[in-house]
Amino acid sequence: MTQMKTPPEVVPPADGDRSPVIEMRDISITFGAVRALDDVSLRLFPGEVHALMGENGAGKSTLIKALTGVYTIDSGVVLVDGERHEFHSPAASQAAGISTVYQEVNLVPNLTVAENMLLGREPRRFGAINVREMNRRARRTLLHLGIDVDPRTVLDEHPIAVQQLVAIARAVDVEAKVLILDEPTSSLDADEVEKLFTVMRRLRDEGVAIVFVSHFLDQIYEIADRMTVLRNGRLVEERMVADTTQLELVRLMIGRELETLDRLDRVAANTDAETGTPLLKAIGLGRKNTLEATDLELFEGEVVGIAGLLGSGRTELARLLFGADTADTGELTFRSQRRRLRSPRHAIDRKVAFSSEDRKAEGVVGDLTVADNMLLALQASRGWLRPIPQSTRTRLVKEYVEALDIRPADPNALMRNLSGGNQQKVLLARWLITQPEILILDEPTRGIDIGAKAQIQAKVAELAAQGLSVVFISAELEEVLRLSDRLVVMRDRRKIDERTNVDVSVRDVLEIIAGEARREDDSDA
Amino acid sequence: MSSITAPTTSPWDRVKGFTPPPRYLPIIATFALFVGLFGVGGMRYDGLTDPQVLLSLLIDNAFLIVLGVGMTFVILTGGIDLSVGSVVALSTMIAAKTLDMGWSPYLSIAAVLVTGTLLGLLMGLLIHYFDIQPFIATLAGLFLARGLTYLISVESISIKDATFMDLAFRTVYFGEYYIRWTAIIALVVVAVAAYVLARTRFGRTVYAIGGSESSAMLMGLRVAFTKVGVYVISGFCAALAGLLFSLYILSGNSLHAIGMELDAIAAVVIGGTLLTGGRGYVVGSLLGVLVLGIIKTLISFDGTLSSYWIRIITGVLLLAFVVVQRFATRRRT
Amino acid sequence: MPESPSLAQRVLRHQLLWPVLALVVLVLVNVVAKPSFLDVRMQDGHLYGNVIDILRNSAPVMLVALGMTLVIATRGIDLSVGAIAAIAGAVACTRIIGAGDEAALSTAVMAMTYAVVVCVVLGVWNGLLVSVLGIQPIIATLILMVAGRGISMAITDGQITTVNNPYFSDIASGFVLTLPVAFLVAVCVLLLAAVLTRRTALGMLIEAVGINPEASRLAGVQARTITWTVYAFSGLCAGLAGLVIAANTNSVNANSLGLWIELDAILAVVIGGTSLMGGRFSLAGTFVGAIFIATLARTIPNIGIPSEINYLFKAVVVIAVCLLQSPKARALLRVRRPGAPTPVLAKAGSPA
Repeated sequence: MTQMKTPPEVVPPADGDRSPVIEMRDISITFGAVRALDDVSLRLFPGEVHALMGENGAGKSTLIKALTGVYTIDSGVVLVDGERHEFHSPAASQAAGISTVYQEVNLVPNLTVAENMLLGREPRRFGAINVREMNRRARRTLLHLGIDVDPRTVLDEHPIAVQQLVAIARAVDVEAKVLILDEPTSSLDADEVEKLFTVMRRLRDEGVAIVFVSHFLDQIYEIADRMTVLRNGRLVEERMVADTTQLELVRLMIGRELETLDRLDRVAANTDAETGTPLLKAIGLGRKNTLEATDLELFEGEVVGIAGLLGSGRTELARLLFGADTADTGELTFRSQRRRLRSPRHAIDRKVAFSSEDRKAEGVVGDLTVADNMLLALQASRGWLRPIPQSTRTRLVKEYVEALDIRPADPNALMRNLSGGNQQKVLLARWLITQPEILILDEPTRGIDIGAKAQIQAKVAELAAQGLSVVFISAELEEVLRLSDRLVVMRDRRKIDERTNVDVSVRDVLEIIAGEARREDDSDA
Repeated sequence: MSSITAPTTSPWDRVKGFTPPPRYLPIIATFALFVGLFGVGGMRYDGLTDPQVLLSLLIDNAFLIVLGVGMTFVILTGGIDLSVGSVVALSTMIAAKTLDMGWSPYLSIAAVLVTGTLLGLLMGLLIHYFDIQPFIATLAGLFLARGLTYLISVESISIKDATFMDLAFRTVYFGEYYIRWTAIIALVVVAVAAYVLARTRFGRTVYAIGGSESSAMLMGLRVAFTKVGVYVISGFCAALAGLLFSLYILSGNSLHAIGMELDAIAAVVIGGTLLTGGRGYVVGSLLGVLVLGIIKTLISFDGTLSSYWIRIITGVLLLAFVVVQRFATRRRT
Repeated sequence: MPESPSLAQRVLRHQLLWPVLALVVLVLVNVVAKPSFLDVRMQDGHLYGNVIDILRNSAPVMLVALGMTLVIATRGIDLSVGAIAAIAGAVACTRIIGAGDEAALSTAVMAMTYAVVVCVVLGVWNGLLVSVLGIQPIIATLILMVAGRGISMAITDGQITTVNNPYFSDIASGFVLTLPVAFLVAVCVLLLAAVLTRRTALGMLIEAVGINPEASRLAGVQARTITWTVYAFSGLCAGLAGLVIAANTNSVNANSLGLWIELDAILAVVIGGTSLMGGRFSLAGTFVGAIFIATLARTIPNIGIPSEINYLFKAVVVIAVCLLQSPKARALLRVRRPGAPTPVLAKAGSPA
């Protein structure tokens, strides 16, 4: 999702004639033996969008949770309008005018939209909640933000993208002095991101200090005025966005050049892979309210990139190919053998592997060791009566820990203690160990640091070169374009385009998607 | 995204096309079941067509209704309270013993209520502040309450206090029908609970905790107060139910109410409340108690079935409700 | 890699530490009250003594708890074990009485086998409700808990049924190799379970399913099979426990057999260190936990407290054990080091 770099609309004033509304000075927090934050400082000025950046493990989340009263600070001070404050609970932080929208939609699914927006602050009459007034206030705020939702409906009747907007509406309703948005755009499509940015700009112009935590560099350049970069729990630098190029920024974040990423330019388009029998052929594969009938063919040694906005059906298609969800229509043919996939197990038996986009909920088995996590799929396919011999276990685990540079290199480390990037690598190893013919990767580089990202991308290219058929799904179009031989574009739950990845730019893909949308408006489907 | 629909149809069209919001379906099902059972019973046995039967159901099950209310609060937060049966027994024993020792009945009642509330407070604190599972903590409560009951007296103590007996039998007549104060108290408790759950911040926090406790915390809700609070309420309700039960059975005995918590849980489930928390209504629990009550009545009217059939039928009902609930929620996801 | 921890560190961090420590403390309390508590003597070719009685009495709870451990590890619970035990007793006794030769070995064997098979089927029923219909374990097994009592009473028609079969009685009161048969049965089941879970991949798969069911499903783990297997095993264990209990009194009272045994079993599992949230489990821990509970039952008459205090004692023990296991309570007891925030909500999110 890229836009052209636009200069920020408001010229940031000199720091000298304004004081920050929030200042965190020399903050340190230690968890057991780990120094999560080491003398980190942060300044938030009113009327500014301040981007907080860093790889996974840099400490962004910890810093935010310290400001919002979730974690207690070991040393350092927090100043609000120049006065010292200590926040011992989220409520205290909110009372001081700090509002947060977390990456997970932290709302209550079984209550209504209005209740979610006003929970804890409901208008009351004689001690009882005034439901009509509550609905009225909610409707007003929603309309103000341009969100078309009936506040009386229950929250989980709506898709995640809408729920996230409600979360933001809740924060807006509080009229906070400081609004912290922790990775708010990861589940939004381009339209919703724009809507969010419009609201952010409006709030900024009204004097709110906004903290924007994000991995999307282009979004940062579009919306942020100032940025703070963290690395390994330490402050690297605070800079104005206008004064920093993308290259400089990445160098600040990972401390080295972008060579690793550049070196990934593959020989484009493995065109001779399209002859011969496809490993997997899907005809009319679809599922009610999830995916329209779709055709797809996968060949050996080829990377097929699936591009599309959120909600376009990319993950849904992947899940149907793997049997994670059952298809309502269509058929799957594996090397000329028709099969119905009733469960992931069937797919794995057919040499298909799938790495889910939600590694925490659908991949990581936290309390088991790295070794157990890695060998899980292989063991499952052998059944419980045939355990993997110890010697094989040791050999396989060692091999993949080295090949994928997994840290810490301890097979008995608990999976939940690894960083996101290393967890993702363990999960990748889990699938590679099953020696699949088809590997489906859904957002394998989401939410992980640039170093690990580059390693995984390199691995994908290597696997395809060795003959694997790879399906690569990512929200970052450059990533998809960098790795794919063939490109599949999706929108609104159906495939709208398929082409060889030769001379295709991000802009081309966006135009393909936009082109479909315009046609839909005319026909008024 | 959904949009706000503006009604352009006539009121009659709206009535015709009325589908209840999906969240009310379970409670409607329970109500339908109750009406159905009542109807079937009325057809088979003439004695059951008398509306007094309904009122007697309320009287005979007043204590279980109150117990169900307390249990609903706890289950809505995703917890469970296994101690309520033992607290009922403890309450009967405290009442009996203090009356026996010559206390004024009002002081006795106060002692019972305070004890139940304190026990609930203790369990709530263990559950919230020490992260002990509700199952285990209330299991401890079960042992504790039962143990205290034995401590007070191993043998049964009967209640002979005049004021107490008077309270037990005080009746309100309207026309040829009557209802006892115990049943009225139970209904008042249901009404108050329904109001609290629907219209107070505390009540909405209860639902919020059941929906997502971590979100409730991050939203700055008073989660600690509410989580402990529901166990306090459950303890209070158990004590009150114990009082109503002692008015019913007029004795204190450590063998009372064994397994009553199961009846309460069954009533709550049949009433449409999800054991995972977040969804359900106290009125549903009231209906659940009435359903169980009418089954008992039907069986005793029938006379041919032994009493253990009640358990089997309760089990079958639970199964039916749970399976239907499962399919209803499955369609949503 | 960090340097290997010393032996002392390994012992201190071992998950069996707390349950064993608790048991040792309890035994010490008994010994202090009556120094002859641990005395064991040989008589008629058998061992006698408090310790032996404890081992024998621990059998029913231990059996149920072993099955319960695996169920809990899959994030489930089995509340119906008491009812299943009652059904086992009812079936076995009515079969023995109805047979031609009431006192024959073959009668005993057939009746017990029949009872155990019925219990396994009931366990499979529970497993199907949970795995196929997707019903929450607590409510799925609650159904059988409620209905099962009624069923067992229907089998015995509400009467207390007495049997007269020496081979049957032997299960509860007999000795083999100087140890009580009941205890040996429990130990056999423990060994069987240990082999099943640790020598095969079943243990690891159970833990994976308990820790993250969806991730396990996507990794190809057939949770369905695993789920109904553990419930079937729980049914088997409950059935065996029911037979032991019935054999102890040579009769079955369907109303009271195994009443509340599920609570003692869950207690044993929790004391042994397995978390009620599912995931990693410890059969050895459950073994210690069951012995703990049996010792507790002995402690009360031993140190001269009236038996009514039994419940009170259990309550205190439950609370003590849970507090010991609760990280929050342990943090309170330790000196608060500066720079050790208790991130309550860290559970909701992931590190950094």
